[in-house]
Formats: sequence, structure tokens, C-alpha cells
Amino acid sequence: MTTVDFDPGAAATRATDAILADTLHGTERGVVVDSPPGAGKSTLVVRAALELAGAGRPLMVVAQTNAQVDDLVLRLAEKDPDLPVGRLHSSDTDAYDKALDALPGVRTSARAGDLGGLPVVLSTAAKWAHVKVDEPWRHAIVDEAYQMRSDSLLAVAGLFERALFVGDPGQLDPFSTVGGDQWAGLSYDPSASAVTTLLAHNPGLPQHRLPVSWRLPASAAPLVSAAFYPYTPFRSGTGHGERRLAFAVPSDGSGPDRVIDEAAESGWGLLELPARHTPRTDPEAVRAVAAVVRRLLDRGGAAFSERAETPAPLTADRVAVGTAHRDQAAAVRAALAELGVVGVTVDTANRLQGREYDVTVVLHPLSGRPDATAFHLETGRLCVLASRHRHACIVVCRAGVSCLLDEYPSTEPVQLGTLVKFPDGWEANHAVLAHLAEHRVPYQP
Amino acid sequence: MDKAALAGALGAPSDYGQSQFALIRGNTFEARVKADGGAELLRLTHTLLDPAAEPPAGAAVPDLSAPGPEGRTARTALALREAVTAGGWTLLDHPMLALDVAGSPAFLEPDAVVVHPDGGWTVVEIKSFPMLDGSADPAKVGAAARQAAVYVLALEAVAARLSPPPAVRHEVLLVCPKDFSNLATARAVDVRAQRAVTARQLARLTRVETIAEELPEGTCFDPERPAGELTAAVDAVPATYAPECLSSCELAFHCRERSRAADAVTRLGRPLRAELGSLGTVQEVLSAARGESGDPADPVVAALRRAAALRAEALAEAADREAVPCP
Amino acid sequence: MSLIATLARLEAVATGRAQPAATVRHRHLSDRPLVFVPLTTAGETGAPLGALVGTDRDAPRLLVVPQPRDRDQRFAFLAELADIVLPHLDSCAEAVETAERTDTDPETGKRVKVEVDLCVDAPQIVVPSRAGLDLVRLLGRSMRFRRTAEQEPETPYPAPPRVPLLGRWLTHYGERSRVPGSSLLLALTDVLSRHWATGQSMVEDQHLGALLAWIDPPEGESGAEAAARAERARDAAGQLLCPPAGPATDPAFDNKLLAPAIERYDRVRTALATAEDAPRAEDLLTALTAAEREIRDLVESRTRPTWDAVWRGLDLLRTLPEGGHVEERWTRDRWSFTAHRDRITAGEPPQPRRDDAVTAANKLAGREREQARLEAQEALDDPLVMAARRLAGEAFAGEVTEVVMAYSEGRRPSPRPLVTVRTEDRPHLGERAKVYRSLNGRAQTAEFAGYEGAPEDGVLVLRIMDKMGRGKEPEAGSVPEKGDAVCFTLFEHEQRGGAKLPDPEQTPWTHGGPPGEPVPEIPDAVTEEDVL
Repeated sequence: MTTVDFDPGAAATRATDAILADTLHGTERGVVVDSPPGAGKSTLVVRAALELAGAGRPLMVVAQTNAQVDDLVLRLAEKDPDLPVGRLHSSDTDAYDKALDALPGVRTSARAGDLGGLPVVLSTAAKWAHVKVDEPWRHAIVDEAYQMRSDSLLAVAGLFERALFVGDPGQLDPFSTVGGDQWAGLSYDPSASAVTTLLAHNPGLPQHRLPVSWRLPASAAPLVSAAFYPYTPFRSGTGHGERRLAFAVPSDGSGPDRVIDEAAESGWGLLELPARHTPRTDPEAVRAVAAVVRRLLDRGGAAFSERAETPAPLTADRVAVGTAHRDQAAAVRAALAELGVVGVTVDTANRLQGREYDVTVVLHPLSGRPDATAFHLETGRLCVLASRHRHACIVVCRAGVSCLLDEYPSTEPVQLGTLVKFPDGWEANHAVLAHLAEHRVPYQP
Repeated sequence: MDKAALAGALGAPSDYGQSQFALIRGNTFEARVKADGGAELLRLTHTLLDPAAEPPAGAAVPDLSAPGPEGRTARTALALREAVTAGGWTLLDHPMLALDVAGSPAFLEPDAVVVHPDGGWTVVEIKSFPMLDGSADPAKVGAAARQAAVYVLALEAVAARLSPPPAVRHEVLLVCPKDFSNLATARAVDVRAQRAVTARQLARLTRVETIAEELPEGTCFDPERPAGELTAAVDAVPATYAPECLSSCELAFHCRERSRAADAVTRLGRPLRAELGSLGTVQEVLSAARGESGDPADPVVAALRRAAALRAEALAEAADREAVPCP
Repeated sequence: MSLIATLARLEAVATGRAQPAATVRHRHLSDRPLVFVPLTTAGETGAPLGALVGTDRDAPRLLVVPQPRDRDQRFAFLAELADIVLPHLDSCAEAVETAERTDTDPETGKRVKVEVDLCVDAPQIVVPSRAGLDLVRLLGRSMRFRRTAEQEPETPYPAPPRVPLLGRWLTHYGERSRVPGSSLLLALTDVLSRHWATGQSMVEDQHLGALLAWIDPPEGESGAEAAARAERARDAAGQLLCPPAGPATDPAFDNKLLAPAIERYDRVRTALATAEDAPRAEDLLTALTAAEREIRDLVESRTRPTWDAVWRGLDLLRTLPEGGHVEERWTRDRWSFTAHRDRITAGEPPQPRRDDAVTAANKLAGREREQARLEAQEALDDPLVMAARRLAGEAFAGEVTEVVMAYSEGRRPSPRPLVTVRTEDRPHLGERAKVYRSLNGRAQTAEFAGYEGAPEDGVLVLRIMDKMGRGKEPEAGSVPEKGDAVCFTLFEHEQRGGAKLPDPEQTPWTHGGPPGEPVPEIPDAVTEEDVL
């Protein structure tokens, strides 16, 4: 091990420099960057965009959702308020974040023609697909490229000559509402990820990896890396002890308080409810999640980190709850409202992609389930839920999930010619559970 | 344990026989692939997995026959070691490998193992389902990959005893008939994921021993025993029947009968249980839906009643509509 | 699975009969479907053993391949199949009506309306189960690249004249059946289980005999008993009473009946080939006919029960009234049929082995659109389907309790009436969410303006946005009135077209670049085992 020699800052800088060199001065048409959770993907996108624009090379930016586009516009404007930026949006109502209207450098329009000549124009892949140009852009940045479908890239690839593709291969894969098995294994399988297709046709493209997660603490990076990125490991940017959670109010000895203390100490906590088959919106588990959040806020938490000399108070906006299903999120929101908690983000894994909090409370996707479907075993879902936190992650779960997994031995079909990038969902679930078991707090509500 | 014979004796035979047409065709295909000292098989391995190595001409095909599975296992281990020392290409036709499963050895017989000139080992799986225009039935490929992963683990145990340990390749060679013909075609299949899963399953398999310990003393699965006694013996083993079992287990029909007798909802499909919480039988669910039992504050019960009401409303609406003669 | 569907299955268990899963028929049924009940040989890819095929339920045509590994016999089977199927397809190719289609003008690049032919009806093919669909695709694939002697005089084993053409049609039908809601090629088990919920699992529903046993059990028997019999009961000789619907056969049939019969046939044939005198040859010929007869009888005995079951299933489906949007979807099938007819007439080559990048992406997008269309239309056509959407919070039904007239701001105010609806449903409505209701077959949009009181009270206010005419006052009947029963959906009723993809010649570098000049696909290699 090279723990002693490893300088995360230097490693990350080396990676970023190489990426920017390939992007600005390389000869290949594409550059691919894999970014594990919290490795500074958005920072990289913004920096690459600014450097390209600064070099007088106009570019288009493709992201997958309106929220992602708006977020990038805000970050660009924050870094360089004077840079003229175009936000191309759909003609629906509420097509973009109204906060953009207050930014002097940002011009918004539903028509690409209105934004001609601007150094940077950003939009979603869906909107770009409707744009026609006579002259393609010389540069593009494609963000969240692993969440983009191959057919979506096909629709926009004619708009640019070369591009930087950035994304996290460990998050949820794109999906289709109808079967596309007949194209599985084809290099251009339309429901595969854009990066898979790109690399299948252009295997010589430079591929980079951001090696350091600045978000995940030293307690989380090894587990997330081993369970979800076994073949492309990464490190935490901070060492053990650099991040710390402290609470002004001591534990009252209850399950929620004990699991909070365990998580503050070790970075992980498992609040284990008695084994029982429950509906998705398991009222006891939902109440337990809400109780943990309530106590997190009530106990006067302080987050010590490398970011600042003084600890940051653990406020509602620094806490999030993650679930697998929308109805579970709705039930948690209702339970939180009953406890008078406001300002805590509660969302599904899909919607938490790319977000970051100090502490997350996760309702385990398999908690109380009588069965384990492919949906619940999907590695990306668990990976998203287990990698949103800077300090600690508390998982609420019914006992018996490992036995449930044993009853559902992995029998995933294999398509010839497709790339294996990740461990099986079954295996990843077991790996995470085995780790959580060491931080278990039994709880009888 | 011969589960098919056991199922027959229980009075619930499975339809698991194999057609002799398929059997003959499968054997013919394997023989063809391995003909001429495995020339075609080695050519495929070279082209797909190790193109940088020297072409395989005159590969060694050691005799692996020995008395008993233990003897054959030992003979295979020896042949593997010799092949590594000798260098060049070696084809092991039907080697025998042992794998520790919950404390007792299980003997495995892969179709073939190829030793590369660099000393690395590749598992070869020969299957009779076709690769049509380069793609094959994903369920069957998945099963083949899981099977190959077990062989990889067993080979790794052999390799670990050598010094230096040779590399067991995590890409296996899957050989199938091409399109509609009986010509061989092959693809490399990455079994790292299946290998990791199998390794964990084996580590967790101590549960088999636990199950054995919990069985009543004297429990015996000999198909020659009277049916009543057998049923009692089999029923002593906990099993969770689900419809998917029908395609993979010889005892599925027997388990299905048990599941029916217990009125279990899972026999209608696993996903069905997802929203039923702790309600496990058909009677429990229906009576909760009809408002005859269950706590209305329980979200499962509430949802069931809501579903039952909506269903009744829709059926009544449809009945009304039919009652009106068409204009 | 929706809880409503779950309840239906459980009630089927309790009552011993399948329960409705739909109140209308959601698929088109032709007056004259072509039913195809094929069997294949185990172990060989797509090697037919025989089939019953035809449009007359009382007079199916029996096709048999006495020795499935004999290429000539296989070709003879396919030629016979072509002689039955192609005339059926042709029967719809002639009668056309004129229809309008929007096309891109090749010169100006503009979208223009053009008048084209549309076949007034399209031929429908019905197979027993999903495995039958796969075989149709496989047969299509195995035939369409074959060469006839006419196309290529030098070809070593020329196919009979119409076999490649049949391959192209079966390929088209096989592809079309992947489009959600299409009805050109139907697997009966899929259609039946769409309309009835049985007391068994979806896996078991794939068995046509067991499925019918639940839907229409014989007098005095429960669905469960009848299904168990259909699935497992064997005669004294160990043969299934209800043979599997194929194309795979029961191994016991293969091993105990078919294999010995084929062996006898082979023996006589070999002897005949080496027979030295005429009387001996005469005897052998009689024996050969008898041996062939025996195989034909065996194949018929395994296909006829399925043939009858398919027609019985079709009868059951016809008892349901057709759903309101079924005809509209069938028109899409007619377009699909007409387009393929035109491609063949225009002399285009057979469908390639694999789709190119643009074709694959276009097909996927089209199917996703059709899936969304199907889900919306089935809900609008069928209260039982809508009930599941309501339960899922994707729609709500209720009574209008108040209507307040309001207008949009701006120079020319338009009506934006506020409609208060009381509902027992719990729709997942976000702020300013759009909802839709069907108004004379068109979707009227409303915007969710908020709850009156607590959300649990179920009183919500909607702002009607469109379909009220151009005047200041809404047209009569365009705004719901107090006391009206209304049903709004959160999903759209019509599907928007997707983005236009580049032409295949413009395939970008990310997807391999332009494919270049098309090369004709070469026929499959011939291997020695095909020839005995």
C-alpha cells in the first residue's frame, strides 16, 4: 500500500491537467473521463468550459436533465460572471430555473438561433436533439455521459466535431421502457450508455479517471470503491480523522441516538428493525427514518472538515433522505412534516444522483421486502444511496436482508459482446450489508 | 442427490427428460469441436483470447484417465502442472476438478481447459445452443457463465498450490454452433462478476450444513423408500417455492403442491408479494380486501381495500355499459 | 403488478375460474386470421418438424418433415408453407384506399403532404405462444437470404422460388410483433393473459392448455384441476394428454414415439435407395409411404389439440367488445403492412442481419412511443385499466362540485375556468402539474391549481387550459359542469414525435460513421450435416 506516499491533491491535479491537455491540445475527437462519486466532475466540466471559451473556442454543453443544465449555468456564472452564456431551453412552462434570469451574463431562449455566437451554450440532450446547424460546433462537453443513452448521443453527435465526455460509471444505467434485447451486444445498442457505444467505435480515445473522491470520507471511499468500482478503484481525498461529527446534546440511549453516535464515530450506521415482511411504505421504518433525522437536527450537530477552521452546524439543508421508490419518499416527507422537520431533502436514488450532503439517511431498498427484483438489486441504485455523504451515512433496514439475498441467488442473464464493468447487484448488496453489519444498532420501535 | 428420481418417487415427476435428438446433436457437436486433437478449439482460443501467443500447432493432449474422481482430480492437477512447466499449448479434455462446498468436496468436470504458452489457464464451455448472427439466448449464456465461474474457482484452488501460481483467466471461451449450422463459433465471456458471486455463495454455504443439522434424525432421501416417508423427509427441508423454480429444479412440482396446500400467494409469482406485506396466504389477502379482517390503519390493508373498491367500481361500470344496447 | 391485478389472480384462485383483467378487447382480431401451429426438432436451430396452418378451423393444412435433417424435405416444407401463407398475404395487398402521409420532399427538404395507397385490410397471423413468435422470426431469418435458382443459377442448394420472399414477410411480421399494441402477429397466450387473470403465475400462463383451463374450465371442474390435467396428465404410455403448444415437443414424445418412427422411415429409405429390383422397390415404396404416414399422424396428433385450442381462445376473445382505440392502432398495422408490400414491390433487398445504428435507434424510439400510446389508450378504453392507474396515483376520477369562470391575463383574455373536483383518489400532483381528460376523443388540458383544504380531503382545483374554442366564452360542453363525473389523467393521451435522427448515411463518428455502400448479405454457409 502507498498510503503514506499518496497525496490526493497532487494525484487529482495530475489527472485534471492531463484531461485538459487532451481536451485543448489533443488530436483525438473525443476524451472520456470516469468520475467516481464526488471526484469533482462538475468542477472539471466548468473548468474545461472556461478554458475552451477563454481560448476563443466556442462550445456546446450537453447535460441530461434541466436541473443539471441549470446547475452548470449557475456554476459557470459564479466562476466567471462576465462570460456570456446561453441557456437553450424547451418551450414548456418552467423550462429552466428562474434564478438564471437574475444573472447578467446568461441569455435564455427556446431557439438556438437566438444564442448564436455565444461562447458557451448549454442545454439538455433532449433539446439539443431538435437543433439543426449548418456548421457544427468545434467543441462539446457531454456531462453525465454514462446516464445518457446511445440513441440520445446519436441524435446530437452531428452537432459537434469533438467532445469531452464526463460521467460516473457507477450510477444508475440508462433504461428503456421497452425491451431492446435484439440489439444487445451491438456496438451501437441504442439502449446502452453513450460511453459504451463511443468507446466501442473509438477504442483509441484517451480515457482518464479522476482518482480522488473529495466528497466521500476516508470511512466510505474504500467500501464504495471495492463494492461498486472493483476494477477502477479510487481514494478519499481526506484521511481518517479529518472529518468529524460532534453533537452538543448527548445520546438519550434510544436506537436513533445510538445509531447517530455510531455513524458519527465510524461514518456508517445501520439501524436494524426486527425482521418482518412489510409494504414498501413500511410505517415503522418510515417513522424510524424520520426519528433519526429529527434527532440529527435536535442534537446540535457540528461537522468538522478540511474545508474550514471552524465546524459547520449540521442544518437541515446538509441532511438528505434517500429511498428507492417515490411513494417511500412521499411517506418519509409526511412523517418528517409530522415531526416538524422542514428543509431536509427527501428523494429517490434517481433524483439524488450528483447531489451531496453531510449526512444521509437511507431506507434500504430491500428492507422488509419479501422478494428481491432486478430493480432493487441494481448496483447503481445502492451506489447512489451509499455515496451522497461527506461525513456519515445511516441506513435503516429490517433484519433478514442477507437471508433474502440468499433466497435469490444471482441468475442475471448475460448478453454476448457487452462489457462487464461492475459487480453483480447481488454481490454488491452483500458486500455493503457485510460492512454495515459491523455498525449495527438493533432497534425495536 | 438425484432430484429427478426423487421427484418421480414422490409422485410428482418433472418433465425433465431430454430429447434424444438434442442429446445426439449436442454430443456430435462437442466431438466435432474436439476432433483432431482439439485443433479447432485451440484455434478459437488463440484467436479470441491470446492472439499474441504463438499459433497452436501440435498441442499436447494428455491422457487424464485415472480410477475414481479423486484419482482423476489428482491426475488433472498433475497434467496442469506439467503443462505449465512444458510451455506451449495444452488441451485438457474433460479434466476433473474438486471444489470445497460447505466442507465436502464436489467433483466438477468442465468440457475442457486450455493451458496457454504463458502458463495461463482458460476454461472452455461447449454448448449446443446457437450463436445466431453473433448473439445467443442471454439466459443460457448467463447459466454457462455461472457454470464456468465455478470451474474458474476450482482451477484457482489448483493454481494456488503451484509456485508461482499460474494465472487462471477470467475470460472463458464459450463455444456454440454458428447460426443454423454445426460449425463452431466462439466468444470470450468475462466471468469476473459470476466468479465473485459464486465465491460469496460458497462462503455462505455453511447454511447447507445448518440445514442438515436441523433435519430430524434419520431423515433419508433414498427414492426407494415409501412415498409417505419420503414426502415427510422432503417436507422437513425448508424451501421457498416460486414459479421460476419450474424451469430449474426437478422437485418444483412437488414444492408447488406444498405451496398450494399452504395457500401461499408466492406460487402466483414473487412480484405479487411485494405489496402484500406480511399477508402470506390467499385467504388472508382476500379477507383483508373484503374488510373481513385486518387493521384498516395498516397501509397494506388500506391499499387492498382501495384496490378492491376500484376494481368493483370498474367492473360495475363495464357491466352497465354492456347492458345498454349499442346505438 | 398492480394490486388490482393481484386481487384478480387471488380471486381466480378462490373461485376456481379466471377473472377479468380487461373489460374490452385491446387487440384487433381479424375476421379471417391465419393460424400457424408449428413444431420443431429438438437440438436443431429452427428445424421444422411439421405444422398445422390455415384460415379454416375445420380444415387445417398439415405439413410434415419426415426427416428434419434432410435439406430437401425442409425446403419442401417451406415451399408448401409459402404456398399457403403468401396467397393469404397477397389477398390484402391489392385492395387499397387513398390516404395522406407527411413526407420529406427530397428536393426542398420540406415536410409535405402526399397521397399514397393504404391497404384497406392487413392479414393477421396467430401463433399459440411466445415461443411461436420466436420461431416465426427464426424461420424468417433462415429463409430470407436463401438464393433461388432463378436469382443465382450457380447456387449449390437453390431454395424453392418463393421461400426467400416468405422469409422476408415472416421477418417483417416477427419485427412488427415487438411493437407494443400491434396485432399483425399475435401470440395467443399473450393476448389471453392480457384479458384474463388466472389463479396461476405468469410463467404457467405461457402454457396454452393450462391458461384455457382457467379461463373456460370444463363443466364441473375447477380451473386449478383442469390446468393441472392440461399440464401434467399422461396416458398409460407416458404421453401427455394435452401436448405442449410447441414449437418444442415433449421429450417423452421424441424418445418413445417420434425417434422410432423416424428410424423406421430412414431404414426403409436407405433400403429403397439401394433396392436392386423393381418388385422390391415397389414394396419398399409402399413401406416408405406407410412410414411417412406414421410420422404425419404423429405430428398431427401433437398439433391438432393446439390448433383447436387456438380457435377456442379466439372465440373467447371475440366475446369481449373491441376497445375504442383498437381500430386506430390496427390502422398503424395496416400502414406497416403496406410499407413492407411497397418495399418488396420496389425490389429492395431483404432486411439485413443486424440493424444499422440509425435504424435500431429509430425502432427503439418508435416502440417506446407506441408503449406510451398503448398504456394511455388502454386506460381510456377500459375502466378496469384506468382503475389501476387511479390506484397508482396516475389518474383520478370524481365529481365536479364547483365551476368558477376566470380569464387569462393579457391583451386578449381567454377563458381559464376553475373547476373544483372532489375525489376519493390520491393522485401524485405536483405544483402546476398538467392533467388531461378526454373530450370528444381529444385531450383537454388542465393545470392543477391547488387543494381546497388539506390534501387528504380530496378536494382539488383545476384550471382548464384549452379546447374551449376561440371566443371569449367557452364553447358549449367544453367545460365540465357542477355535478359532472370527470376523470383526469396525469399522463398525456397523445404521444409527441421524437427528435429526427440523422439518415444512416450521416451516421456520426461516435457510432461508427457512415456505413458505406450496402453489400448484399451472403447466404448462410452450407454444412455437411444438413445433408444426410
